Amino acid sequence: MQADPRGVLTGTHFIDGDHACCEGALAAGARFAAGYPITPSTEVVERFASRVPTVGGSFIQMEDELAASITLQGAVWGGAKAFTVTSGPGFSLMMEHIGYAAMTETPCVFVDVQRGGPSTGLPTLPAQADMMQARWGSHGDYEIIALCPNSPQECFDLTIMAFNFAEEFRVPVMFMMDEVVGHMTEKVVIPPADQIEVVPRRHTKKSVDAYEPYATNGDGVPEIAHAGEGYKFHVTGLTHDERGYPNMTPQTQDKLIRRLQNKIRDASDRITLLEEEALDGADVIVVSYGITSRVAQRAIELARRRGLRVGKLRLITCWPFPEERIRELASSTKAFVVPELNLGQMVREVERSAGGKAKTFAVPHAGGSVHRPEDILHAIMEASR
Amino acid sequence: MSLVSVTNPVEPFLRTDRMPHIWCPGCGIGTTVNCFSRALIESKIDLQSLALVSGIGCTGRVAGYVKLDSFHTTHGRAIPFATGLKLANPKLNVVVYSGDGDLSAIGGNHLIHAARRNIDLKVICVNNLIYAMTGGQTAPTTPGHAITSTSPYGTFEPAFNLPHLVEAAGAVYVARWTTFHVKQLARSISEAFQKKGFSFIEVISPCPTLYQRRNRLGDGLDTMKYYKEKSRVKHGAPTSEVGLTMTGEIIVGKFVDRDRPDYQSLLRGQMVESLGDHYVDPSENVCSCS
Amino acid sequence: MGDPVAKGRVSIVVERCKACGFCVEFCPTKVLALSSAFNSKGYHPPHVVAPEKCSGCDLCGMYCPDFAIYGQRIIEPKAQNKPETAEANHAS
Repeated sequence: MQADPRGVLTGTHFIDGDHACCEGALAAGARFAAGYPITPSTEVVERFASRVPTVGGSFIQMEDELAASITLQGAVWGGAKAFTVTSGPGFSLMMEHIGYAAMTETPCVFVDVQRGGPSTGLPTLPAQADMMQARWGSHGDYEIIALCPNSPQECFDLTIMAFNFAEEFRVPVMFMMDEVVGHMTEKVVIPPADQIEVVPRRHTKKSVDAYEPYATNGDGVPEIAHAGEGYKFHVTGLTHDERGYPNMTPQTQDKLIRRLQNKIRDASDRITLLEEEALDGADVIVVSYGITSRVAQRAIELARRRGLRVGKLRLITCWPFPEERIRELASSTKAFVVPELNLGQMVREVERSAGGKAKTFAVPHAGGSVHRPEDILHAIMEASR
Repeated sequence: MSLVSVTNPVEPFLRTDRMPHIWCPGCGIGTTVNCFSRALIESKIDLQSLALVSGIGCTGRVAGYVKLDSFHTTHGRAIPFATGLKLANPKLNVVVYSGDGDLSAIGGNHLIHAARRNIDLKVICVNNLIYAMTGGQTAPTTPGHAITSTSPYGTFEPAFNLPHLVEAAGAVYVARWTTFHVKQLARSISEAFQKKGFSFIEVISPCPTLYQRRNRLGDGLDTMKYYKEKSRVKHGAPTSEVGLTMTGEIIVGKFVDRDRPDYQSLLRGQMVESLGDHYVDPSENVCSCS
Repeated sequence: MGDPVAKGRVSIVVERCKACGFCVEFCPTKVLALSSAFNSKGYHPPHVVAPEKCSGCDLCGMYCPDFAIYGQRIIEPKAQNKPETAEANHAS
């Protein structure tokens, strides 16, 4: 369905990634945010606080991230599309509730504008060191979707995609920005509302008597109902059956947890978005995401000028990871080069998926600034030998 | 003499397919559910508009046993979840039903902020003076010198006086009863439903299996007799004076009943003042998702 | 003449009872006592020992933590000699 025009700031703007992300959320139909200030993410909710009262929604600054990460879920069950925004230390605090959203299949978006860590780290400087945390940060087995924008324009476009995935799969989606993408100012084109595709909430059409909150058919995603509609349903973080009732047996656990995993994995073709360039016949493939992909682009150009056959694979979706694609490419390429603003996180997935059929060269960086193109070029040349 | 077959007044509020419940013999939580049901009947609340949110613990299990839109959330976070529900759909009547540990220890920060903001929530805090579900550990409300599993030599920390805490934080309705005071408790819950703003009703309740047993205070019935004997109804009592001890007097009653604008009135007022006609009231598009 | 007519009647859901004793203790007219019978969980549920004293006040129902007992009033209308039951006006 089309976006609600009340939330779409159609036009050409010169704004930074944080601001573009807020506009993306509004365009996607988000009418509730709960937040807590943390650099370098705060501008997203500051803008939302300013915009949403004129669009028809609410913002509340909660007392901590523990509260923000669950207040937004209450709002979802009350009928709104909702999100929160944070950075490393806040992301860590939100982990329990990311797990709660996954377990209760609450559609929502968590934005992490990554900064140097661990702990307080570098509040105003970039890193990409929360990537594994985005996937594994909460306890237990669960799947999430994670998207990585590499420009303010993508901060707008992919935020809409994040909300759409959240609604389609009833899953929390991690929106993994970084401080540079969040604070860089570029042209952002916001189209008219009728050109923006928005996925509505998968609300049940069943009668009160026939409805079971966690019964599924086909794609493994149950239909939702909201509080106040007469369904009198129960939602719990305990292992539960189709009625939503706690049912703490190994059999129920197996059925539920596998369904939560499979509903994402079975659709990974649609969810895992990649940008591919010159992969055929490439000797070296540079796998990158977020701001690092912008630097990598330069390094790839420089390598090609030296006559090297270098392909580019950009992860727009980081989770689910494109295991199959990497496995496929590993048979035809010599090496993968994986620059990241961390000491080696997504490179582990590349290496694992390559299965030894191609070499993997990490280009780590502890964070605080971005790579120099020469660092990545050097690795590409190493990998080509 | 013919008798029409009539069900227990509480029955329509129960998920009877989940009975019997897991609470121990002599536990008072079920008693509070009876009072809650009576209050719902008395105040003629539209059950469709009612949402119940709980946390983790024995009292937290109430959410799973009531036939309402109910949410069993994470430990200590029922209040912020309830806040989100209420803000997204202001037409909902949102009840938070949770225990003393859940609400005042891990949830303490959220308790004071929701009271400060005067969010329109009805909080029923069943206080059994212990962390019951996990095996009887010390709670911030456990009275002095009690034996618990994490204070095997006796507690020594001063205990929270919950009515005092929430009054200071800004609650507009504060009452305390015990599970002996069934009629008064039902009435207090009804009164809270008539009030806009943050209402807090503490219910002192037995935990015969852990708190009472470890402290040789008898069983559930002995505890109820203690409540009957040692409670003093003092409406309007200064909350600073209602602290609890292990075997001493229990001051009960309605301590605070005042009027303050609730969060949503304040929000609306501020927005209208600042934005005038540009302000779009969120209640005008409750479901933003379809 | 004759025995006093009970103004109330108690219903007991035997299988839910955990024999906590609240209903027995707090019945204002001492209608109940714990029986020597067992339910399937091994508890002694209450039974009515003084039915004529039951006023149907339903305090037992309000106290019972297990939803295992409730009282209801029986009203004998004076004109018709046909009893009606009054029940709490419950919404559902």
